[in-house]
Amino acid sequence: MADTPLIQLQGIARVYGEGEAEVRALDGVDLAIRKGEFVAIMGPSGSGKSTAMNIIGCLDRPTAGRYLFEGTDVSGLDRDGRALLRRHFLGFVFQGFNLLPRTTALENVELPLIYKGLPHAERVAKARLALERVGLAGREHHDPSQLSGGQQQRVAIARALAGEPMVILADEPTGNLDSQRSHEIMQLLQQLNREGITVVMVTHEEDIAAYASRLVVFVDGRLARDEPVVARV
Amino acid sequence: MLWETVRLAIIAIIRNKLRSFLTVLGVVIGVAAVIAMVTVGQGSSAQVSANVASLGTNVLIVRPGKRMMGPGTRDTAPAFTLRDVEALQDLPVTAAVAPTSSTSSTVVFGNANVTTSITGTSAAYITVSNWVLDDGRAFTPAEERQGAAVCILGETVREKLFGSAEALGQTVRIKAISCEVVGLLQPKGAGSFGQDQDDLLLMPIRTVQRRLAGNQDVSGMSIALQDGVSSARGISEITALMRERRRIEPGAEDNFSVTDMKEIASMLTSINTVLAGLLSSVAAVSLLVGGIGIMNIMLVSVTERTREIGIRLAVGATAGQVLTQFLVEAIMLSVLGGVVGIALGLGLAYVASRYMVIPFTPDPMVVVLAFGFSALVGVVFGFFPARRAARLDPIEALRHQ
Repeated sequence: MADTPLIQLQGIARVYGEGEAEVRALDGVDLAIRKGEFVAIMGPSGSGKSTAMNIIGCLDRPTAGRYLFEGTDVSGLDRDGRALLRRHFLGFVFQGFNLLPRTTALENVELPLIYKGLPHAERVAKARLALERVGLAGREHHDPSQLSGGQQQRVAIARALAGEPMVILADEPTGNLDSQRSHEIMQLLQQLNREGITVVMVTHEEDIAAYASRLVVFVDGRLARDEPVVARV
Repeated sequence: MLWETVRLAIIAIIRNKLRSFLTVLGVVIGVAAVIAMVTVGQGSSAQVSANVASLGTNVLIVRPGKRMMGPGTRDTAPAFTLRDVEALQDLPVTAAVAPTSSTSSTVVFGNANVTTSITGTSAAYITVSNWVLDDGRAFTPAEERQGAAVCILGETVREKLFGSAEALGQTVRIKAISCEVVGLLQPKGAGSFGQDQDDLLLMPIRTVQRRLAGNQDVSGMSIALQDGVSSARGISEITALMRERRRIEPGAEDNFSVTDMKEIASMLTSINTVLAGLLSSVAAVSLLVGGIGIMNIMLVSVTERTREIGIRLAVGATAGQVLTQFLVEAIMLSVLGGVVGIALGLGLAYVASRYMVIPFTPDPMVVVLAFGFSALVGVVFGFFPARRAARLDPIEALRHQ
């Protein structure tokens, strides 16, 4: 069991459209990610990196191939099955933060815990703890509109953390931030990774990818490179 | 979890106060209209039933002219005479016959004056029409024969002329007559047409004929039948006698009418019921329109909150949970509309009842039904938008601007 990868993609293909309009976004991808890794996925636009991210995040289903999560085939799960998998094992961080507007930082972080069915007091406690971990203690009752971009992304990371996931999936987490904030966010993700959380991140910036331990590059829906990050920050 | 969903719905509603208000307005109006209609309808039915009781049992009204369908319709047929009254009195089916001769006049006492309907009649009228003497006495046979200047006041007239002062034994002036108040009637309240039944003054019929009207006419007769005599039998015997006395050829139409007051009352009740039903169905249509309004706004809301739905799906909400959230919100909206509508409808019904002088009798069953129906509107019209929300693709939803 010890050598079972946390995430294993086997011959994954994702095809959009049919006939003439057919687009093969992913075309036979094999990828294994072990517990505790920090993987950066790079590639030009249309290379399939976002599609791969969506499939790993169980937001999308592969057209062909098998996806094993902790050794269990989850590629056949229906909508609700995938929702439960996301709820219990995955945390998401997006480029556009995707916080609920006019909702306090604390309530945003509580969101996944509501669907986990935790009672109110426990939710608040966990959400506070998560905000503390990302360095936002004292900002619990701020609206997203009252927070800077970097702070909003921290709230989003806290939200991903609150559900105590096995993996955090970050899709261009620094895309909307200036370089100073970007590096702070990356340091935070790196620290969380050191504390044991597996991180999978899509980015198109070399210096951001340098925070990861492993670099995966997609080109035309296929894996072009898969190598450890040598000059790790 | 459900409480959490309800809380979310409340927050969403409060965030868009104006929009929520406009959304539920249709339901508010629909529910308010139904509640007001039904409550007023029931109140006026109760009033009609009370009037049936106040008319007395087995009372027939005889009037000259063809069949009347309400007060004030009359044609040029000759009036009755006191001889007709005596002849009807001698019929075995009649218990009491009270002649009436009505006019309208101003009644003056001191500085106070009131214009009221003056009914010349006999003491029998009081019992036949189911009046009760509150104080004093009825006319004596002697007063009736002589056409004495005595009168009995209805409550409205007494109140306007005397207020809290003693009326009995006082003398009021009606045109040239100085008239002693010998009796006071207990109030009856509003009649089937909403008129004030207590706005009247009774005098012996001869007094009215000689000193106010200046003729010998009897413009109507109120007849109480003997116990055990059916209205139908009473009507046929009275009609036969009156045709003979008025020398109507066989086959010719009656030039008088005999009306069973209870028949009129029951007709009024059914008119009431039909009218309330009709107005309620119009109100129900408004509820339907209100429901469509809720559906419309919920669809807009789903589109507006696509990204929110995407976030919820991403953190692990199932389709069922998203569906429940939007459904609960629609139900909360329509129930809110229902509650406001119930309050508004009862308020309107109360004001209308006061204005129409009918009893205000809110029916808890109707309130519960209106509440349930408004919740149903939320379920029915909220389902489609909620299902649309639940079926959103999380990736598309997250990308939505």
